[in-house]
Amino acid sequence: MSKMTVKELVPGGMMIEPGSAMKFETGDWRSFRPILEREKCIDCLTCWIFCPDDSILTKDGKMEGFRYTHCKGCGICARNCPKDAIRMEPEGE
Amino acid sequence: MNIGINGDSAIALAWKQIDPDVCAAYPITPQTIIVERFSDFVADGEVDTEFVTTESEHSAMTVCIGSASAGARTVTATASAGMAYMWEMLGIASGMRVPITMAVANRTLSAPLNIHCDHSDVMSTRDTGWVLLFAENVQEAYDNTIMAMRIGEHKDVRLPVMHNLDGFILTHAIERMTTLDTHDVKDFVGKYTIDHSLLDIKNPITHGVMDLQDYFFEHKYQLVEAMENAKGVIEEVFEDFAALSGRKYEMLESYRCDDAEYVTVVIGSTAGTMKEAVDQLREEGHKVGCIKVRVFRPFPIEKFKELLTGRKMVAVMDRHISLGSTGPMFNEVCSSVIDVDDSPDVVNYVYGLGGRDVPVSDLKEVYMNMIEGKCKKVNFLGVRL
Repeated sequence: MSKMTVKELVPGGMMIEPGSAMKFETGDWRSFRPILEREKCIDCLTCWIFCPDDSILTKDGKMEGFRYTHCKGCGICARNCPKDAIRMEPEGE
Repeated sequence: MNIGINGDSAIALAWKQIDPDVCAAYPITPQTIIVERFSDFVADGEVDTEFVTTESEHSAMTVCIGSASAGARTVTATASAGMAYMWEMLGIASGMRVPITMAVANRTLSAPLNIHCDHSDVMSTRDTGWVLLFAENVQEAYDNTIMAMRIGEHKDVRLPVMHNLDGFILTHAIERMTTLDTHDVKDFVGKYTIDHSLLDIKNPITHGVMDLQDYFFEHKYQLVEAMENAKGVIEEVFEDFAALSGRKYEMLESYRCDDAEYVTVVIGSTAGTMKEAVDQLREEGHKVGCIKVRVFRPFPIEKFKELLTGRKMVAVMDRHISLGSTGPMFNEVCSSVIDVDDSPDVVNYVYGLGGRDVPVSDLKEVYMNMIEGKCKKVNFLGVRL
């Protein structure tokens, strides 16, 4: 993607398009990857509440996994999971 | 109408006539009268302004940035240590392109503790992306307050503006001044409109974003262009203001310079004293003149080039010293004439620090030193060595 020029950028660095953070894929910052152990999960969605990004995928109130394009691997979901259903694994292993 | 009024009250009066949406401020000598008078107008219901009394200047500027981002015409005032305390937010105001206008009652920076005039406060903020205007007298302090709004809010500029006046010398001295009709002032400043308001919930925006290696430089360059645009806008606003008031201002005001061989460059209230020195020396047959700087940012480099080329010698008067270097204006004036064929000798006079009185006799001495070839490159006017 070619980068915007001085003339194209909104002055003041304002973001005038709501939700544009979806376009910025922060997943490549990650050094640890969350892995869901589905059999332990009770779908309490504590992970969804705590995720500082928007990286917990859900469907019909059920935990479905992670949005790896945006998950930075902070591990907050794993730390807060009451059932230890999320484990963090080093990337590249 | 002609009235007797001090500089601070004149600014409060201009604000009353403008009736800005928000004023967020913290009092500090010698700016205090501005916010005191203006808070009276708010309390008495003479303006509709929301007056936010903050716990510090840092917070004052933060409130100003928020309210201006929301679309409110926003004013504030400070001086010296107060401006130093809000310094971090000054660059944020310009970087976020919010056209706040701020009156600055120029006072030195401690230590030693001193409440009197020099330009160390404003000159230390010269790189923060604010348009900088200066006043010679109370009338100009009032006029600058009104013009500042039109300059900063112009769609091609969108920069915050500081309008400076010398602490105590102008802030507390009562001078005769001609006021404008309130209706005319309101017409002149017009309505503040912005393209993207922080409070427009139908079109949500994010303000104050992070901007890394790939975009920061481009956003800074937009400020470079805005400052360049400000030059034309300032001229336009000066023209319109002349049509309204009969007072025609210039970015650089040249006084008896036509055939002058020896010229000084001066900012603020000292310009008045300098004109008297010029008049007296002209009487004695010396070809002298002075240039008063009304606009320091954007720096009118082309105008300096035009006005200084061909002079024998130029003395740049700095009421501030960039310690370890020279007066800041000296450097910039030098760079404005460095590439002309007939470039004058330029010397620097640092003067009036901490409010040191600057009598006509001292300023005449500056000219006589130039004429008699007694100047050093950097001189300290009247300091006891």
